Amino acid sequence: MAKPRVYKTEAIVLKRSNLGEADKILVIYTPNLGKIRAVAKGVRRSKSKLGGNVETLIHSSMMLAQGRNLDIITQSQTIDSFLPLRSDLWRTSCALYTAELVDRFTEEHIENYPVYRLLLDTIKNIIEEEDVNRLLRHFEIRLLGYLGYKPELKTCIHCKKALEPVENYFSASGGGTLCPACRLAEPAVRPLSLNALKVMRLLQQSSYQQASRVKLNEGLSKELEAIMRSYITYILEREVKSVQFLDELRRPQNYQS
Amino acid sequence: MLNFQSTPEPISRLIEEFNKLPGIGPKSAARLTYYLLRMPEGDARALAEAVLAVKENVMLCSVCQNITVADPCSICNNTQRDHSITCIVEEPLDILAIERTRKYSGVYHVLHGVISPADGIGPDDLKIKELLTRIQNDDVKEIILATNPNLEGEATAMYIQRLIAPLGIRVTRLARGLPAGGDLEYADEITLTRALEGRQEF
Ligand SMILES: [Zn+2]
Ligand SMILES: [Zn+2]
Repeated sequence: MAKPRVYKTEAIVLKRSNLGEADKILVIYTPNLGKIRAVAKGVRRSKSKLGGNVETLIHSSMMLAQGRNLDIITQSQTIDSFLPLRSDLWRTSCALYTAELVDRFTEEHIENYPVYRLLLDTIKNIIEEEDVNRLLRHFEIRLLGYLGYKPELKTCIHCKKALEPVENYFSASGGGTLCPACRLAEPAVRPLSLNALKVMRLLQQSSYQQASRVKLNEGLSKELEAIMRSYITYILEREVKSVQFLDELRRPQNYQS
Repeated sequence: MLNFQSTPEPISRLIEEFNKLPGIGPKSAARLTYYLLRMPEGDARALAEAVLAVKENVMLCSVCQNITVADPCSICNNTQRDHSITCIVEEPLDILAIERTRKYSGVYHVLHGVISPADGIGPDDLKIKELLTRIQNDDVKEIILATNPNLEGEATAMYIQRLIAPLGIRVTRLARGLPAGGDLEYADEITLTRALEGRQEF
């Protein structure tokens, strides 16, 4: 979609980095223009009018002007700053993880409204969700679907037969499930319990409201996380950086030795 | 882009070096280089020596991690200052800003960055272990968290607060609110909410 010289859009700020003395480069995600890198000028000075309106993980309404290299944010009005999120380190870090995934999986200027909607809904839900891990798994599996990486969970990716209700195998490289007979068809497969398979199907097909009826015990939650992490790492060909910090926060505190 | 091939090697080399500096693009790098070219030799030599001196004589204070020419630094060495209060800042420049107020007489600890998960910068990349060792050995009564009031600064403050909590030391955070000289109508939701929360008896 061609942009006019000055344009208005809603946006979620995915990340920011410093530029020069007082500016920041923002990576924002928009409903109709996809991902955009733009400059917020003077924003590090405490009197900047943009100030908290261009903070990381802000949902706001922005005016942008096309620049020579990067577009320039001329105005920003906060729609939602997700304030309760910001005073909870774990939830903030989970929201940063969803923003990093969107940043890493998307190219600039490619519209993908479902991704925008999913990100916005997920960040809102993180604030009150009791099982944030389940929410993150729903986010991951839906995001992959919207980007063309929907994992195959109905039939064996090798022999194409419908999966039996037994322990099957998940292949990151094959992008889906292998039946026990075909499990050697792909390298580095991992066992996928029947319960995990059922939950993944549910998360893939349902809105989060529906999906949140299923309760995940700790073992199942860990299994799903490991499967999704291996699949995401395989597609991106590298680790998602903010995952390390999530792991760090979950580790029993090991500094007071 | 500038064509480096047609430029004499020493000049293109200096342009490339300037270009590596933060906030300096190829055009500014070329402008600085040609400015230096016209400079008296004495001035150029003084600049080069100043650059080297910074690298040779400046180190991190082993106590507070601030940049210094003597270890411990002049602040850590000052017995007039209150060593039971430690103010935690992101960068050495933040110390200069707080010192300018002349309202703080405690000591500092410089983290040299903030936690930024998406950039792969975690607690181990900051001077947090040094902080913990320090407050366990010294008699610290209060920690002031003076990281920047943005998402990364808040996350870092919360992380440190969590680590220190079991030690039973008082932890405070710089008040976050409206900037002096600004207009209320331009204040964003986060700033205004924090200003309301931090309101004081008048
Ligand atoms: Zn099969
Ligand atoms: Zn010192």
